[in-house]
Amino acid sequence: MLLYPGATAAEAPARQHTSRPIVTGTSVLGIKYKDGVMLAADTLASYGSLAMFKDVTRIARTGSYTLVGASGELSDYHALLDKLKGLAQANANCDDGFEHGPAEIYSYLRAVLYQRRNKFDPLWNSLVVGGFKDGAPFLGSVDLRGTAYEDDVIATGYGSHLALPIMRAKWTPDLDEGEARALLEDCLRVLFYRDCRALDTVVLSKATATGTLVSDPYKLETDWTSASFVAPKAGGDGDGGW
Amino acid sequence: MFRSQYDTDVTVWSPQGRLLQVEYAMEAVKQGSACLGLVGKDGVVLAALKRQPNELSGHQKKLLKIDDHLVIAVAGLNADARTLAKVMRTECLNHRYVYGAPLQGARLVQDIADKYQRCTQTYVRRPYGVGLLVACCDATGPHLYETCPSGNFSEFVAVAIGARAQSAKTYLEKHHKTFKDTPVEELCTHALQALACVEINRCAAISTPRPSFWLKLGHDLRDPRDRIQRAAPHSHPERPRIEGRLKFYFPTGIGRLRRWRQGTRRGGRVPSRRDCRWAVALD
Repeated sequence: MLLYPGATAAEAPARQHTSRPIVTGTSVLGIKYKDGVMLAADTLASYGSLAMFKDVTRIARTGSYTLVGASGELSDYHALLDKLKGLAQANANCDDGFEHGPAEIYSYLRAVLYQRRNKFDPLWNSLVVGGFKDGAPFLGSVDLRGTAYEDDVIATGYGSHLALPIMRAKWTPDLDEGEARALLEDCLRVLFYRDCRALDTVVLSKATATGTLVSDPYKLETDWTSASFVAPKAGGDGDGGW
Repeated sequence: MFRSQYDTDVTVWSPQGRLLQVEYAMEAVKQGSACLGLVGKDGVVLAALKRQPNELSGHQKKLLKIDDHLVIAVAGLNADARTLAKVMRTECLNHRYVYGAPLQGARLVQDIADKYQRCTQTYVRRPYGVGLLVACCDATGPHLYETCPSGNFSEFVAVAIGARAQSAKTYLEKHHKTFKDTPVEELCTHALQALACVEINRCAAISTPRPSFWLKLGHDLRDPRDRIQRAAPHSHPERPRIEGRLKFYFPTGIGRLRRWRQGTRRGGRVPSRRDCRWAVALD
C-alpha cells in the first residue's frame, strides 16, 4: 500500500493492482481437427465457490479469423476483448484489406500479458487462441505470466488435469467435425462431473476456412446413474466424499 | 536573401495559399540523386544512382534495409533519411516483437507520412528534406510507396524521384503495363534501363568499364564485401552476376566509354570514377 508521510490509513489510495481474481471462469478446451480449430467452454462465472452467473460466454470472435477463450478473471478477459476490438477497429480504419491472423493476435496477447506481469499487475487469465487463416489452423495458449505455447490440443485450468489426458489419448489430426465435437463434449462432461466450478451449460465454437462461429449456450446431457455417483465409495464408511 | 517574405517559417502561408518552406523541401528531393522503383509479379525492385561526394570518398548510401521485407531508397538530404530510417527500423522491430509478424508496409508509410506532416504544421521545425521510395513484400503482396516532405504519400506500380527523374519516369510510363506480369529478374533490367535514361540525358557515363550488379535484397555496392566481389567475380555463389547482359543494359554508356578510350570524346565529358555507381535492391 502506498502511503506518503503523514497519511492516515483512511486517506491511503485504493490498491491499484489485481492480487487475486474475483469472478472467474473455469477451463477452456481447444483442439485442431480436419477442417480447422474447435474451442469449447462452459458458461459459468463463479464468485469464489458461488456459481454466480450461469450464462456468461467465455469464447469470443475477434476479427474474421480468430477465437479467444478465457479462464480466470472475467473482468480482465473483457478488458482484453476491448483491446482486441480496438485492434480490429484500427484494421478497419486502415482500409487496406489487411487483418491480423490468429498467430498475430496470439503474439499480441502474449505481449500484453507479459507486460502486465512485469508491472506486477497481471491480467489473471489463461487464454486459448484458435483460428484459421490462409489455409492453416492455429491453436495456442497464453497464461497470466505471458507464457505462450502452441499445440494440437490445449486445455486450461482444471481441464489441463482432467481433460487433457483424454484429449491426447483420443486426438488424431484427421478428426472430422462431429468427432471433434464429441471429444470436446465428452471432456466438458467429465469436467462437469469432477470440477466443482464447472457447469453443464456450454458453448462450442469453431474456426474454419469459411470463418468463425460461436454457438449459443446449450445443455450437455449428463448421466448420474453410474455406480460411483449413486454410491460413492460403495462399501466404505463415511459420507462418500474424498 | 529572401525569395519571399512568407518563407521564413513553415507555418506561415503565402497569399497564394502555399507553404513555401514545404515547397523548398520538395525541391531538395528533386536535387537528390535519382532513385526509382517498380512493382512486378513477385516482388519490387529499387534502383538508385550513387554519387561520390569526393574523389577519395566512398559513395553515398541510397538503399537502406529496414526489415527483411522492406527496403527504402532515398533522394534528398541523406542525414534526414537516416533519422527516418531509424524510426522505421524501430517500428518494424517493435511490430515483430508484439505481433510476431512483419509490419504492413502501408501502415509504416502512413506513420512516416504523419511524421512528415507534423513538421509542416509546427513552428520552429523544418520539414524533412528527403523523399523515400518504400518497397515491401507483406501479407497483401508486393507494394511500392513514395513519401515526400509535404506529408503526402501514394502507392505506385513504378515511380522515379530525384534529379532528372523525369527521363526515368518517361521510360517507366512507356513500359509499366508489362510490369505486373514480370518476374523480378527481368524487372531489374527495366530498372537499370530506366536509370540509364537518367544518365544518358546527363551526358555522363558509368564509372567502371564492366560494372556488375548484385541482385540481392537490400544490397548495393556500398558493401565492402561487394567491392571485393567485384574484384573477384563468381567467387560468391549467393550473389549472382549478370555481367553477360551488360551491353544490353548500357549500349550508350559502353559506346561512350569506347569513344573515350579511343580518345574521340564526342558527346560528353570524360567519364570518371566520381560519376556514379549502380545500386540495385531486389525484394
